[in-house]
Amino acid sequence: MATAAAPAGSNYLTNGSSVASWLLTKDHKRIALLYLLSVTFFFFIGGVFALLIRLELLTPQGDLLQADTYNKVFTMHGQIMVFFFLIPVVPAVLGNFLVPLMIGAKDLAFPRINLLSWYLYIVAGILMLWTLALGGVDTGWTFYTPLSSQFSRTNVVLAAVAIFINGFSSIFTGLNFIVTIHRMRAPGMTWSRLPLFVWAHYATSVIMVLGTPVVAITLLLVAFERLLHLGIFDPALGGDPLLFQHLFWFYSHPAVYIMILPSMGIISELIACFSRKRIFGYSAVALSSIGIAVIGFLVWAHHMFVAGISVYAALVFSFLTYFVGVPSAIKVFNWTATMYKGAVTLTTPMIYAIGFLGLFTIGGLTGLFLAAIGLDVHVTDTYFVVAHFHYVMVGGVVMGYLGGIHFWWPKITGRMYPEFWGKLAAMLGFVGFNLTFFPQFIVGYLGMPRRYWMYAPEFQVWNVLSTAGATVLAVGYLMPLIYLGWSLRYGEKVGDNPWGAVGLEWMTSSPPPTENFLEIPVVTWEAYDYEHIKEVPVVY
Amino acid sequence: MLKYFPIWPDQASTFAGNVDALYVFLVLVSVVMFVLIGAAAITFAVIYRRRPGVEATPIEGSTILELTWSIIPFIVMMIIFGWGAAIFFEERTPPRDSVEMYAVAKQWMWKFEHPEGQREINELHVPMGRNIKIIMTSQDVIHSLYFPALRVKQDVLPGRYTTLWFNATKVGEYHLFCAEYCGTQHSNMIGKIVVMQPAEYELWLNGGNNGRTSLVSTGQKLFTELGCSTCHKSDVQGRGPMLAGVFGKQQLLQDGRLVKVDEDYVRESILNPQAKIVSGFQPIMPTFQGQVTEEQLVSLVAYVKSLKADASTTTAQATPGQVK
Repeated sequence: MATAAAPAGSNYLTNGSSVASWLLTKDHKRIALLYLLSVTFFFFIGGVFALLIRLELLTPQGDLLQADTYNKVFTMHGQIMVFFFLIPVVPAVLGNFLVPLMIGAKDLAFPRINLLSWYLYIVAGILMLWTLALGGVDTGWTFYTPLSSQFSRTNVVLAAVAIFINGFSSIFTGLNFIVTIHRMRAPGMTWSRLPLFVWAHYATSVIMVLGTPVVAITLLLVAFERLLHLGIFDPALGGDPLLFQHLFWFYSHPAVYIMILPSMGIISELIACFSRKRIFGYSAVALSSIGIAVIGFLVWAHHMFVAGISVYAALVFSFLTYFVGVPSAIKVFNWTATMYKGAVTLTTPMIYAIGFLGLFTIGGLTGLFLAAIGLDVHVTDTYFVVAHFHYVMVGGVVMGYLGGIHFWWPKITGRMYPEFWGKLAAMLGFVGFNLTFFPQFIVGYLGMPRRYWMYAPEFQVWNVLSTAGATVLAVGYLMPLIYLGWSLRYGEKVGDNPWGAVGLEWMTSSPPPTENFLEIPVVTWEAYDYEHIKEVPVVY
Repeated sequence: MLKYFPIWPDQASTFAGNVDALYVFLVLVSVVMFVLIGAAAITFAVIYRRRPGVEATPIEGSTILELTWSIIPFIVMMIIFGWGAAIFFEERTPPRDSVEMYAVAKQWMWKFEHPEGQREINELHVPMGRNIKIIMTSQDVIHSLYFPALRVKQDVLPGRYTTLWFNATKVGEYHLFCAEYCGTQHSNMIGKIVVMQPAEYELWLNGGNNGRTSLVSTGQKLFTELGCSTCHKSDVQGRGPMLAGVFGKQQLLQDGRLVKVDEDYVRESILNPQAKIVSGFQPIMPTFQGQVTEEQLVSLVAYVKSLKADASTTTAQATPGQVK
């Protein structure tokens, strides 16, 4: 074992430099970095598609791309961003790196399965790229039947298989987290002392394990109907197209919480650290994660208010949807209250956290519009929906992720990012994001349907603003890639705990040794105990 | 300014005012919430910025506050829920006196048919001030009929009927969009709805085409041509149930279930007669799957619907199995 042979003073980065020491590593920290590289790769592929969409929509005519090409572009944008970036990004990168460190464990419970998760992700990713090379898919990321199962002439089966395999990567990650959090907490690390980041990952893992198999089987059924003409979803074969939507959203609505909950966990860590205070209402924030995960499974048909479900079904799902609103609101209020009488420093991660608060609040509030059935009838399937879920999934998830990457960058690399450029990128991202997506609320209420290659001329002004915003946003996302890369070599070496943060991950060296802690820590304090822990020693 | 930056779609139906009112209410709620949270976050970040020698005050939390900011938003949300549900309930309850029109969607075209037999493609003319109900189905994939100016939208599914209704309040031409992604020319599956004064609408209906047969007559002709009338007789009980007056009623089935005779049941009985056999009859009807188009089905449905219970037949020998 590499662990046993690690020379004194080495860390997980210096412990082995061969290709095999990376590709066959069982160290959760190295696997996290493998994921970091791969999700970043897919983020930029998805991002290129996003820019193609925005460029096409600069004018009302379909002039840049062919109709079929445009349909493939938005489909691939959605599938890659959802399944290959947003779902894995926080759990597989930061969760993988930090969950064991935060609970005082040497690794995840199943290190080999953790590595297998990454390989499954890579196999799925290669299949997805292969799908692309063969000309892509044009069903929309939602694969609605019978369009996907009978009518589309693109590579639906291959894409479905890619997402099927990717699902197992997600299931294994979730399984690993659940067992690790149950069984491998350090002595004294009780559930009520767990960092909120870990609580959020626990809730996420439950959704991953319970929800993902449903979408995996559903996509397999689409493939069966396509290949074998089994009548499952197509009425011409005796199937039911609404059955597909029920099954698909049974996973894909909770999947939104797979994306946002881990990011919310990051925000709790950032706001506590940069307010030098225990998070306000710790147990309310922790339990609200579980609440969101549980109630999130009961609201799927709010995607289907005009799909042909009964009036009473719509009423029930609308009613239940508001119950998800409450725990989300609780989190936002508690984060804000944490800053009250704190000692706040506006570092780059904190600017991202406050940006998250703003964007997630808008995303959440516009969810109330969509849950109101009579209003949803008008705005569903328009750009209003597009704007809403980008506020939650990009404004929320990506803001939180970037904040987290900056915060733990010195932990991961031992070096600091350049603060000036960090702040600039965070603010550019915030401004660019709002300029891109806020106009889409307005053009959605005007009635512009989503997934339109051409549109009515009166919608143009808002689309021009949106495209302009997208270019600013792209700069805001490209900058960290450049300066973080730069900092790997030239960044200031800042010691083990530059933020003076509490939390077990800061009580070991930066970067941590392969085995995380030289001796197993014993926890005798509450989470975020900034009141009592003034000096954070590196003791373990 | 608003000319170049439009923020408001035309209001051209009885729903539009209420939907927009709820929208404005939600915008106000959102602005208040956003300003509250934003102002608090920025104020705290400034007032409580970290200064040498000043420590954060530890605060554990507050159950009273947690309850306050759970219950008050929840109450506001329930108001939104109730308001949204009330609008929806109205949107889904077509008045009994509605004019029934039919729509058949296919990749990538909308076909409409008026009760008088007038047909249109990608255009729908309607009279102002009348309740219009559209009964819709698709020949292939899922589409969605959307009139932004009327604030109504409904998915159109293959293999079943869905309905949508409205009462247009303003003369003019408005967008008609397909709102459910349906393949290559999805964004070209568009057209317009033309709202006309009732008198003008009558003129338009009669314009130039005096020989046109109504939807019901077309259905009646098909009913005879396809041989339906040999079993479903109009005067005496044949091998199939008599159809006069059955539409809208509850029907007892062979297996003891009750089914409401609606558009979907009539359609299913034509295409898949064995699915729901009326109590007291034999499963002998052949399927007409593949022999009738969606448009022919629509006219057959309209015909069956038009068959009113005739006093002389229904009182003498009511169809077996029919629940009054």
